[in-house]
Amino acid sequence: MKPAVLLLLAALALAGCGSRETRVDIGNREQVLHLGNGAEPQDLDPQLVTGVTEHHLIMSMLEGLVIEDPVDLHPIPGVAERWEISPDGLTYTFFLRKNAKWSNGEPVVARDFLRSYQRILTPSLASQYAYMHHVVKNAQAYNEGKLKDFSQVGYQAPDDHTFVVTLESPTPYLLSLMNHTSWWPVHVPTIERHGSAYTRGNRWTRPGNFVGNGPFQLDQWRYNYAVTVKKSATYWDAANVRLNAIHFHAIESQETEERAFRAGLLHATQPPPISKIEVYQRQSPDRIHISPYLGVYFYRINVTKPPLNDKRVRRALCMAVDREAMVKNVTRGGQLPANHFTPPGTAGFDARARIPTDFEQARRLLAEAGFPGGRGFPPIELLYNTSENHRLIAEAIQQMWKKHLGIDARLVNQEWKVYLDSQKTLNYQVCRAGWIGDYVDPNSFLDMWLTDGGQNETGWSNQEYDRLIREAGRTIDQAKRLELFQRAEEILLDESPVLPIYFYTRVALIHPALKGWHPTILDNHPYKFVYLDPNAVMEKRASN
Amino acid sequence: MFRFIAIRLLQTIPVLLIVATVTFFMVRLAPGGPFSAEKKVPAEILKHLEAYYGLNKPLWDQYTDYMSRLVRGDLGPSFKYENRTVNEVIASAFPVSLELGFWSLLVALALGIPAGVIAARHPNTLTDHVPMGLAMAGICLPTFVLGPLLILVFALMAGWFNPMGWDSPRDRVLPALVLGAHYAAYVARLTRSGMLEILNQDFIRTARAKGAGSARILFRHALRGGLLPTVSFLGPATAGLLTGSFVIETIFQIPGLGRYFVMAAFNRDYTLVLGTVLFYATLIILLNLIVDVVQVWLNPKLRFE
Repeated sequence: MKPAVLLLLAALALAGCGSRETRVDIGNREQVLHLGNGAEPQDLDPQLVTGVTEHHLIMSMLEGLVIEDPVDLHPIPGVAERWEISPDGLTYTFFLRKNAKWSNGEPVVARDFLRSYQRILTPSLASQYAYMHHVVKNAQAYNEGKLKDFSQVGYQAPDDHTFVVTLESPTPYLLSLMNHTSWWPVHVPTIERHGSAYTRGNRWTRPGNFVGNGPFQLDQWRYNYAVTVKKSATYWDAANVRLNAIHFHAIESQETEERAFRAGLLHATQPPPISKIEVYQRQSPDRIHISPYLGVYFYRINVTKPPLNDKRVRRALCMAVDREAMVKNVTRGGQLPANHFTPPGTAGFDARARIPTDFEQARRLLAEAGFPGGRGFPPIELLYNTSENHRLIAEAIQQMWKKHLGIDARLVNQEWKVYLDSQKTLNYQVCRAGWIGDYVDPNSFLDMWLTDGGQNETGWSNQEYDRLIREAGRTIDQAKRLELFQRAEEILLDESPVLPIYFYTRVALIHPALKGWHPTILDNHPYKFVYLDPNAVMEKRASN
Repeated sequence: MFRFIAIRLLQTIPVLLIVATVTFFMVRLAPGGPFSAEKKVPAEILKHLEAYYGLNKPLWDQYTDYMSRLVRGDLGPSFKYENRTVNEVIASAFPVSLELGFWSLLVALALGIPAGVIAARHPNTLTDHVPMGLAMAGICLPTFVLGPLLILVFALMAGWFNPMGWDSPRDRVLPALVLGAHYAAYVARLTRSGMLEILNQDFIRTARAKGAGSARILFRHALRGGLLPTVSFLGPATAGLLTGSFVIETIFQIPGLGRYFVMAAFNRDYTLVLGTVLFYATLIILLNLIVDVVQVWLNPKLRFE
């Protein structure tokens, strides 16, 4: 029996060696890109969606005033060919290019941006990311229904090709912010053709209805399967767009996606299963790419209840975590150990402050707080949302606390929405969290810890911290501003309502033919610069 | 017979109403809601969102609203999939699950019934132990093990099939085989026990005494009665097959109803949860009715009861 099975397997393996043309090979020849894009998109309306999946998809079909450089994501001209910033940093004037067109042939004019931003700020649309516009003068008041007259909001379109944005306070990261979905234009007349533009449930985002101004246009949407976009003929820079089509495949399972990549069905993937990382690194290092990602994995500490209301205890918990060992032995995806909160190199900001990994000092702090050697310390609960990866990390931390501090932690896992609810209502002691920057600026990581900040969820409050963050929001001078963030970060680490663990990396499987696809900290890859080079694979084979 | 079917159809109405009511209140009891997310929604926006979906009304009003739309066949808008109604989600995904279910059922019957019959012919011999051993393996081996295993061998090593997808007719083969094999195992065991029971009965001995050949005895006399346990199993099994399998659909990336069914619960997509549950319930009720009718036809004894 056994030799027969082996023989069969050998025969099958041989049969597989035939040079059958894969979907990726065909794509390389025809400039058709196949991407694994995570879950099914909830919608394609940039003003209603909330996820990264949707962001990556809609990015191909719409273009904002500025777009991102494919290498380092710095703002480069999009619909606006150039812009001017007033000396006080409060007024941005954008000069729109005259040849920008919608996919229905109409020109893209300043009024389109005006109407788009009016739509997203309209209270009845209930856009979850409308707050991204709140840096603009009166935008928040209009969004909350306190101001009815939209002409008082800081957007003006004096003529077809000039668009002016007036801000509440200088916002040095405005251009980076403008690459968020919520700042992309929509074609309001099209939306109105399919129902009210100012409520949800409009069908303008379906194939055949969708009108965009990006390098690609919507071709097909097979629900829960794939969204296909094809090169747009009306795009102003169409001559430089090299891909003919992109297929965004909705694949939830990492295992399924990895198998699809291996079989030549995908050019690039979402993060593969952890267990596969080493295999690829060993067998085909040219196909696995690990790059920094603008996010931090951390634990929130509920500061409202004893014993965690004692800063010394919180600091002890933070210092007793061996982050080097964590990234080397547990997470294993090239992550960086996080001894501070804001990821390094966030728009030129590298935090000076550190929460050291120092077991000796951790024990001393715990003793000072009245728990020498962990004696008398009540067991604490460590909450995480149900997931194998989170469990592994929680177990490692449980052991480190036990070993270095002599305290017990009980692991509790909850289903995602239950966990979110516990976190929101402060019904936890220590809980797992992650934060990915919305835009490239330390503010995206530090303003969440303001007193009563929407994402604070630790009960922590510090007046000096609040003052520093608010002052940074008013400061134009970038060096001074970063200095304010430095001091804020120092306070945050000293008070330790958070326990930073590691900075994310982005692991992806990438086919060698995929070009113009650079590692970027937001994992955005402006598709107009992307192309496929079939020869890259040929050369590789020849050199083998 | 018509009266029987009419009464049974009338009975489904209160059953569905109860299912709708229980599900409606149960999904609301789960912590978190459709709009709870890692990045908290600002309070002002949440107010408008809830107003749009009617979540700001008292629960009882929401319930009566839902029920009054339900009786008109309107399952409401999906919370998660902004521009789709639940009716549209089901309409787009069910045909896929139906097709996969059909092929799997075919696999289950084509493998299971012959295996069961063969096993029953000479009980406790090699021709019994081999198919029944395989059937036991089929029951024990979960689809999330069998699926990746078959993909590894036939897709990644042999290259005969795609490891995932739902485009060409070839893409139907592996998922139908994996899903069907699991049910085939049950069918084989049930057919075997049904056949064994029948083959020991007096009328079979009579047939044999009258000189009927073994093929005629098996297929003409015994099979009809021997299939009864299989048929009653097939009702709920078919409903399960047709509404899709979350595991199979995830492994093979098939755009069926099973993935929506499970994801809706995770997303707290209230209307989609309700819609898929009601759809599933209706299907089970209808298929059970068909099974009952088929059983009456297969077993004349039931006609008098």
